[in-house]
Amino acid sequence: MALNIDQDHARFRDIVKGRVRQNLRKYISHGELLGRQGKDTVSIPVPQIDIPQFRFGDKQSGGVGQGKGDQGDPVSGQEGEGEGEGSGKAGQQEGQHAVEVEVTLDDLALILGEELQLPRIEPRGQSRIMSDQDKYTGIRRTGPESLRHFKRTFREALKRQIASGTYNDARPVIVPVREDKRFKSWNTAIQPVANAVIVYMMDVSGSMGDEQKEIVRIESFWIDTWLRSQYKGLESVFIIHDAAAREVDRETFFRTRESGGTMISSAYKLCADILQKRYPADEWNIYPFHFSDGDNWSVDDTLQCINILKDRVLPAANMFCYGQVESPYGSGQFVKDLREHLGKDDRVVTSEIKDKDAIVDSIKTFLGKGR
Amino acid sequence: MTDYGTRHELPAYLREWQEKIEARARGYGLDFFPQVFEILSFDEMNEVAAYGGFPTRYPHWRWGMEYERLKKSGEYGLSRIYEMVINNNPSVAYLLEGNSLVDQKLVMCHVCGHNDFFKNNFTFKITDQDRRPPEGAEDMVVSRKDRVPTRKWIDTFANHAARVRKHMERHGVGAVEEFIDVCLALDNLIDPPNRMLEGRARPEEPDEPESIEVPKLKAKSYMDSFINPESYVAAQRKKLEEEAAKAKRFPERPTRDVLQFLIQHAPLERWERDVLEVIREEAYYFWPQAQTKIMNEGWASYWHSKIMTEYAADGNEIIDYADRNASVLSSGGGRQLNPYKLGVELYRYIEDRWNKGQFGKEWEDCDSMEERRHWDRRLGLGRKKIFEVRALYNDVTFIDEFLTPDFVMEHRLFTYAWSNRNDRFEIDSREFKAIKEKLLFKLTNFGNPFITVEDGNYENRSELYLRHEHQGVDLDLEKARETLRCLFRVWKRPAAIATLIDGRPTTLRYDGKAHAALPGHK
Repeated sequence: MALNIDQDHARFRDIVKGRVRQNLRKYISHGELLGRQGKDTVSIPVPQIDIPQFRFGDKQSGGVGQGKGDQGDPVSGQEGEGEGEGSGKAGQQEGQHAVEVEVTLDDLALILGEELQLPRIEPRGQSRIMSDQDKYTGIRRTGPESLRHFKRTFREALKRQIASGTYNDARPVIVPVREDKRFKSWNTAIQPVANAVIVYMMDVSGSMGDEQKEIVRIESFWIDTWLRSQYKGLESVFIIHDAAAREVDRETFFRTRESGGTMISSAYKLCADILQKRYPADEWNIYPFHFSDGDNWSVDDTLQCINILKDRVLPAANMFCYGQVESPYGSGQFVKDLREHLGKDDRVVTSEIKDKDAIVDSIKTFLGKGR
Repeated sequence: MTDYGTRHELPAYLREWQEKIEARARGYGLDFFPQVFEILSFDEMNEVAAYGGFPTRYPHWRWGMEYERLKKSGEYGLSRIYEMVINNNPSVAYLLEGNSLVDQKLVMCHVCGHNDFFKNNFTFKITDQDRRPPEGAEDMVVSRKDRVPTRKWIDTFANHAARVRKHMERHGVGAVEEFIDVCLALDNLIDPPNRMLEGRARPEEPDEPESIEVPKLKAKSYMDSFINPESYVAAQRKKLEEEAAKAKRFPERPTRDVLQFLIQHAPLERWERDVLEVIREEAYYFWPQAQTKIMNEGWASYWHSKIMTEYAADGNEIIDYADRNASVLSSGGGRQLNPYKLGVELYRYIEDRWNKGQFGKEWEDCDSMEERRHWDRRLGLGRKKIFEVRALYNDVTFIDEFLTPDFVMEHRLFTYAWSNRNDRFEIDSREFKAIKEKLLFKLTNFGNPFITVEDGNYENRSELYLRHEHQGVDLDLEKARETLRCLFRVWKRPAAIATLIDGRPTTLRYDGKAHAALPGHK
């Protein structure tokens, strides 16, 4: 049965639609979102339209609350005042403020996928490996007290007492002895999973500033979120490079600021080595992403890059993505070279990211192919 | 009512409980309209809730917005609607399909409390649809003992929906909806106290007594008709009368029912006028609920606790019941006061005081803490008193009369205010006086500023001039500007509002193109 409300709801969505898209861009472009990320959840605002009325200004008025605390203590449960965009646009009919809803990363990925119309990824057929999963479905006679199964234990004790005639209807006390005890235990299930690995490579040479890194950070968060929603087991590898490349952990990846020249081939070479050693192509879906300002050291090195990609990386990878952030120092030549040599290969995706607002389009370019 | 009544009938075991609970409630003295319970699925519940409890409302996007919010917060497990009841005769209430029996019983008990309140609290008389007496009949408000009022609001709201739909068919959904948005921006500008009196015979207003005296030239009586000829005097009188009419104010005295003023005087299309009437009618319908939030929820909570614990909850349900009850009444430590909690505690407090005879001059005059603590006259008037209170008070008078320093201390109330230094809300005071003042201020006019239409022909340019009766808190300027824009849309001429900003008299004005903030008032 179609509900009456569906029409009203559809109209609300329509009104918001133009806005939602911009809003989403704003969240995505908003580095803060990462900061408020809980264990598995992120809070995202639900659009809400406020019809204006003659109302009191809030801050002046305050109110009455209940609970402990001394004068001057902060009041909990504050409205997200900082979030509401104080839209001073006179031409707009409604003001807008955001109500926040905690959303799991899976849902976030769904929303992202919906908004950007990302296709679901088809895992490559051959890349199946098995994984063991333990589930507490069994019962054992021995085990730690913490896993004792109360009901089963009780039942066993009851059974024993009735059988041995020590059960007393008038005083139904059940005392389990050691033999009565039952414990939960696990069974191991073997399941096939499609695994994926993302290799993030970033240029940390002198020309990459904080703003450029921020862009990379936000973009990798969203790529990570999306791919995580598509693959159960997702691993990440982080590589930074200037003139030489090294593998680092996540923290270092986003924090490091080096200086010096740029030899992109060093990163590609390391990437290829890692893939070969740890992630055989027939078991893994492989996603190398490389971010740089496109200012490579020499033409020779660029040619070497292209060879490594062609011979070692591309055959293994689902696709190869190159994002070029704009920096005031770089020449931005690398993306042109890539396109010239590998432009015809549809496993190679390139994108230029001018500023934070361009992140959305760039994600769409990267993930829009459904590989 | 549409087919809701038949499609969502209660299963037999719940109907049985309904009868039992209602009988018990009546035994306590609760007095309610016949009750119809309907059982709804999660989606239907959200839909009806989005519509403010009604199965049919006029089409508008904001129901959709509400629906989305409810649905999302339901799905993410943030909140769930347990109970919904509408002030209607017969009363209609909804149960959520799949709730446990203890939940359903709790809701039924709670609803009995609400319905008793709807029927008996004086503020809800405003929703009696037969309130206005037929021509010549005497004052209905006074003579309404034992009268069963007509409150067919479900039908009325469905009719409103049909009216608005008709306009939408003719003028387009977009145009009508846009106009509804405009109306909604103004729908807090109504005058409920005045409407309460509408049914009452007005005191006779003195007829225009002063006939206008035309100044004459002095003349002897036999010369008078020559020096002041009849035709001249008549012409003069007419001229003076016209001038007097012109000087007459419009509206004659400032009115708080801005919507009514606009319906009567704004240059509106017929359909626009009709939509505005619908909005006004519904605004009045919801007003009493806003005005008695604390009392109403407190009353319902009081009775669900009573009936559940003394009667309806089984021994094995009592823990579940306690869990639900605790979550309903929790104040969460946040900055919002839970009206359920405040209300129920105040009723219990009143009941206790009247049971022990802690009232009257003797009690007020008693200064000995020791004596007060052990004061118990065993009067047992508590129950009677709270029934009286639920009939004769609204939130403002309720708090004003029964919130005492003892109560405030016991329940750890405080006031909070915005701290500019720390950029957050902070606890401001635990002084009884400050708390009570703040609470009352929040409740008066349900936190709406008092705004009147002062002049519909300001500066003789048929501009609209409103006045905000400033009581210490400024208007939200951004919203005020947007609202002026809506007023302009309705009035079609510049609109202005006189208010104070940071203590300075200021007139905000919108002329259709630009906003201005002019110093001073007219």
